[in-house]
Amino acid sequence: MEYGLILEWIIKAVLMLLILLIGFAYTTYLERKVLARMQVRYGPNRAGPKGLLQPVADGVKLIFKEELIPAKADKLLFILAPVITVLPALTILAVVPFGGTVNLFGREITLSIAGDLNVGILYLTAVTSITVYGMVLAGWASNNKYAMMGGIRATAQVISYELALGLAFIGPILLASSMSVNEIVNAQGRMGWFFIYQPIGFIIFLIATLAEINRVPFDMPEAEQELVAGYHTEYSGMKFALFMMTEYIKMIVVAVLAATFFLGGYLGPFVDQVPWLGPVYLFIKVFILVFGIIWVRATWPRFRYDRLMAFGWKIMLPLAVLNVLLTGAFIILFPGVIR
Amino acid sequence: MTFIQLFFIFAAAATLGAALLVVTSRNLIHAALWLIVSLFGVAVFYVILNAGFLAMVQVVVYIGAIAILMIFAIMLTRKVSQVPKPVFNSNWIWALLIAVVMFGSMTWILNMWPQFEAIPPALDPSIDPLRQLGVALVSPEAYVLPFELASLLLLAALIGAIVVAWESR
Repeated sequence: MEYGLILEWIIKAVLMLLILLIGFAYTTYLERKVLARMQVRYGPNRAGPKGLLQPVADGVKLIFKEELIPAKADKLLFILAPVITVLPALTILAVVPFGGTVNLFGREITLSIAGDLNVGILYLTAVTSITVYGMVLAGWASNNKYAMMGGIRATAQVISYELALGLAFIGPILLASSMSVNEIVNAQGRMGWFFIYQPIGFIIFLIATLAEINRVPFDMPEAEQELVAGYHTEYSGMKFALFMMTEYIKMIVVAVLAATFFLGGYLGPFVDQVPWLGPVYLFIKVFILVFGIIWVRATWPRFRYDRLMAFGWKIMLPLAVLNVLLTGAFIILFPGVIR
Repeated sequence: MTFIQLFFIFAAAATLGAALLVVTSRNLIHAALWLIVSLFGVAVFYVILNAGFLAMVQVVVYIGAIAILMIFAIMLTRKVSQVPKPVFNSNWIWALLIAVVMFGSMTWILNMWPQFEAIPPALDPSIDPLRQLGVALVSPEAYVLPFELASLLLLAALIGAIVVAWESR
């Protein structure tokens, strides 16, 4: 195997982690600022100009905080749970292309970590299906009834909405007739962005991902009025920071996925001539979607738990199945659309 | 020894070690977690064998669905999550003996097979194995009958589950 290739992989992976970590830090800042503006406040404005150093200050504070482990907790799992939570969030974007092929130092470099995987979408569903372990284990290992309830709610919710999410993936797969994420983006270049063909699928995807990442209005696992802080009630210091990190990284991740599957990914005007524009377009789309997620938080109250489950099973799932059926019928009736 | 072989030995050791810990650990949650490590090791074997689809399905179905259901069930019955009795009974020596004999005889039989040490041919990059699998599952010449039978069985199980859950009300 060529050493240059291994070096390229390592550099890409480290870069990806750095982007996600910095993205996490500044998504917290963005969220606090946007929420504050929507509630007619200023938000953080003391650390640095316009409060721009606030994430750094938060990080330093969390590092130096005392870490408590409850006496009756399962020590190993208690420490392992935050790590298990953060790993899927950091690895899931490996199959997503961030741009076309660029020429750097005389090498052709594709702007994605794992390159073109023919089972890319299955990889995504596999990784999302293991994200729930961190929450369950954190809740169980804490030996605290609120944490436990939070963990159980998280599992039930994530499993329920995963069905609708998995079915929402099928629309783009059928239209692009491929499971490779690269091919789905390329197909959108040929036939137009998929949200035009998949309006129901797009909406189902957005709602299901909000539920998967436990954001408002589906932040049941950590409903503070009922469960203190849900599965991370007993966590403090850096372990707590890892849970927070996961939550915000997941926001970025689902925004990237929504942009890739329904909004043309890195595609945009002149991206064929100037491949470096790809990541820029993707960033703009992701920024708009993340802003939307925060906007939702500022606008909607939380669902009641039984209604959340009823909504997932009685509305989302049948709609998602219907969407698959409609997409199949559409492709058979108008075969000319698929290019 | 190639890199793949080293990788295989490491994955095999992890899978078997985790499998051993599943049956020896006294805490049911820990046992379930070791089971997940073991299942993940099997997914790694599929990756080594170039079967990306099977690897992903292994993770989605076994780790993402079956194991999480086990953990869910154990969590809801916290009192039984610690097994007070020793996990071995007096028959463990016979079980060990049978396992060793089975392993030995299978290795012996495989060793007699002439293609045991053959190197697998590289896959043709122009053929998409995923598409071929999909076509094979629904084509009448291949596996459409077993596929439909399996879906019928699953439907029956689904209806059965609803019936069982219905009566408790």
